[in-house]
Amino acid sequence: MNTATIAHDGHGHGDHHPSGIMRWLTTTNHKDIGTMYMTFSLLMFFLGGLMILLVRAELFQPGLQFLKPEFFNQLIGNHALIMIFGALMPAATGFANWQIPLMIGAPDMALPRLNNWGFWLLPPAATLLTLPFILEFFGVGDGALATGWTFYAPLSIQGGIGVDFAIFAVHILGISSIMGSINIIVTIFNMRAPGMTMMKLPLFVWGWLITAFLLVITLPVLAGAVTMLLMDRHFDTHFFIAAGGGDPILFQHLFWFFGHPEVYILLLPVWGLIPHVLSTFTRKPTYGYKAQVYSFIAIGVLSLVVWAHHFFTAGMPVPALLYFMYSTMSISLPLAVLFFCWVATMWRGAMTFETPMLFALGFIVLFGIAGLTGLVLADVAADAQYHHSYFVVAHFHYALFTGGIMGVMTGVYYWLPKWTGHMYSEKLGKLHFWLTVISFNLTFMPQFFLGLAGMPRRIPDYALQFAEFNAISTVGAFILGFSQLIFAWNIWKCIKGGEKAHAKVWEGAEGLEWELPSPPPHHSWEVQPKVA
Amino acid sequence: MSSTHASTNEGQHYFVPQPSIWPPVLSAGMLTLALGFILKINHFGVGPLFMLSGAAIIIFVLFKWFGAVIYENQTGAYSDWEDRSFRHGMVWFIGSEVMFFAAFFGALFYTRNISVPILGSLEAAHAGITLWPGFAEGAWNVVGVGPKGTAFTPVSAWGIPTINTALLLSSGATLTWAHWGLLKDNRFQLKFGLFLTVLLGAIFLGLQAFEYHHAYTELGLTLGSGVYGATFFMLTGFHGFHVTLGAIMLTVVLLRSMSGHFDAKRHFAFEAVAWYWHFVDVVWLLLFVLVYWL
Ligand SMILES: [Cu+2]
Repeated sequence: MNTATIAHDGHGHGDHHPSGIMRWLTTTNHKDIGTMYMTFSLLMFFLGGLMILLVRAELFQPGLQFLKPEFFNQLIGNHALIMIFGALMPAATGFANWQIPLMIGAPDMALPRLNNWGFWLLPPAATLLTLPFILEFFGVGDGALATGWTFYAPLSIQGGIGVDFAIFAVHILGISSIMGSINIIVTIFNMRAPGMTMMKLPLFVWGWLITAFLLVITLPVLAGAVTMLLMDRHFDTHFFIAAGGGDPILFQHLFWFFGHPEVYILLLPVWGLIPHVLSTFTRKPTYGYKAQVYSFIAIGVLSLVVWAHHFFTAGMPVPALLYFMYSTMSISLPLAVLFFCWVATMWRGAMTFETPMLFALGFIVLFGIAGLTGLVLADVAADAQYHHSYFVVAHFHYALFTGGIMGVMTGVYYWLPKWTGHMYSEKLGKLHFWLTVISFNLTFMPQFFLGLAGMPRRIPDYALQFAEFNAISTVGAFILGFSQLIFAWNIWKCIKGGEKAHAKVWEGAEGLEWELPSPPPHHSWEVQPKVA
Repeated sequence: MSSTHASTNEGQHYFVPQPSIWPPVLSAGMLTLALGFILKINHFGVGPLFMLSGAAIIIFVLFKWFGAVIYENQTGAYSDWEDRSFRHGMVWFIGSEVMFFAAFFGALFYTRNISVPILGSLEAAHAGITLWPGFAEGAWNVVGVGPKGTAFTPVSAWGIPTINTALLLSSGATLTWAHWGLLKDNRFQLKFGLFLTVLLGAIFLGLQAFEYHHAYTELGLTLGSGVYGATFFMLTGFHGFHVTLGAIMLTVVLLRSMSGHFDAKRHFAFEAVAWYWHFVDVVWLLLFVLVYWL
């Protein structure tokens, strides 16, 4: 039963798997594809990190030290695009590929070739983003996208060839994510093991289902927006040019219709995996499963109707300001439900503090700061002062570094033994955690105060009064950056060897994925399990 | 595609295809095409060469990849389980297309109801500050002069667009008629219905091309005719592009019907293309009302 083949086959039976590079180019296996996503994500994490370390080095002191302002501008926008589209989203998709079939008892993803295409669109997109840096070095063009990651018109209409490269990179990234999301939705709807009803789905799968819906809904709008931008740049249209009856603020509306849900696209998969980790290391069932599912749905819906809080200061009628303020603040209700459920899961649990649990706890505390500072920014009156200041930078790094990247690290430490069949080094993992948490706060906590004191974002120079806090922030950033080498080293060691992992890696873990051996066989769940 | 891996669900097998080179090759083709386009719009001579090679790679891969899927289908690799995956997949793909058009309809709504009226009232408030002569307050269809000072006339809804509406609506009907033919195993009705649908689609595209020509040469309406021209050509243009895609897919389905593919029970490709065609139809109705008529 387990290697049933189709009778018409004219070339012999069984699985042929090419080896070497061809294995990775041609694979249709969800685990191989998941591994490629995770590897790509780690590479981009270091590339994006390198870019921002250059920026932080420039900001160590006031005055212009060694970066030209034009290059500084290119680095910040590409840091964001590479971290969001290159590091965080592929990491989440890597988790989805590895874990969703294991967790719902499916033989593979529903559309395996499409799955592989989704991954192989990423290297071309990364090429398009980084190529203009190299071309400029050879005297072609004027460097990469220098508008910040948001492409705001009319700056992006005036920008050089780097904007065109970034527009097409975004198109290709969009196709990749839409294909990946369609595959995930179809897999969740159509590939579940018998008895695995929707309300028995693991929370991680629920989190990804809502994420995939958001991607299918919002990414095409971003594609439309950058298409209009391309037309304005090269084909004589006036979508965003007031001289032709268009409006630059239209671009902001279209961009943030995608951009705000994008935050939840990055966070929902993490919110899905955190309860698994909490319940494993407190040895208690997840508290409030249904409440968390409904919160995911509520957050998904609300995230689609709050986008204009990103440009309160651009000018809007007062009723619109009020609407976007109150709707934004209302997201904190379902989010508070999630926080409550996380804490209640730990309440009176038999807790132990392995690395994934440490990262999960760090996530809850630091992401809480992101949530509370977000409430401040959502206030129209307060935002008039904080907008475009370092307060915003600090806020969204608390959201996306601790909420996103530390969440991803939680998942990596939690599932890595399952994927590789080896335990990672707990000592290195804990060292990585403490260095990360301390240096992260050292980097970004001062930025809240810089922002409150009035330091604007995206400027390579600043007034003398900001010098000390910027110096502290830069020291923190370098420690943070270099600490991540421990992470990479730990992963590498874990792939190469180490203590053998059991099928059920963690004593308190629940779920189908722990019933398979570690690492799972090339084809998992050839016979679907029955879920009681 | 040689052998297949299978899995079971209460005795069913799920088809997991063998490793395939087409996905990365398709990506390489898209990278080449995108690079070529960037080079071309920035006036590098090698641009078109890159574009042509990229397009050639993409078309080649589409033949091979779809060919593989059709071969697998015809040789019985797919059961109801895989069929459901394809159907779900197509539904969400069309969903993403709906959102792509929503971006352009959103731009139309925003400029027409918010930004153009505000720009117009600016003119009223500060007599003398004009975007260009004749930019009237809030009157969308009378933004009759482009930013370069050249006058244009909007396309009237009651000429070609009305005929085109009739054409597309009847093409939806002929497609459903073809589907009925397939369901009751009347192969002639299937093929003739498909043929009529493709024909109506082709006439639609021809009239649309004629209308564009008319707009450019006689009405003075171009992509550069302010935001009216931009929304008009981008909305109708992307719709026309989707009609073209739909017509190509219908032609493939027609050719497959002629070589005996599909039966009353199993015809996912036919239905997927039909859904796509009806989606394009609905977009046209919105266009007719919101772009041409109102
Ligand atoms: Cu937001």
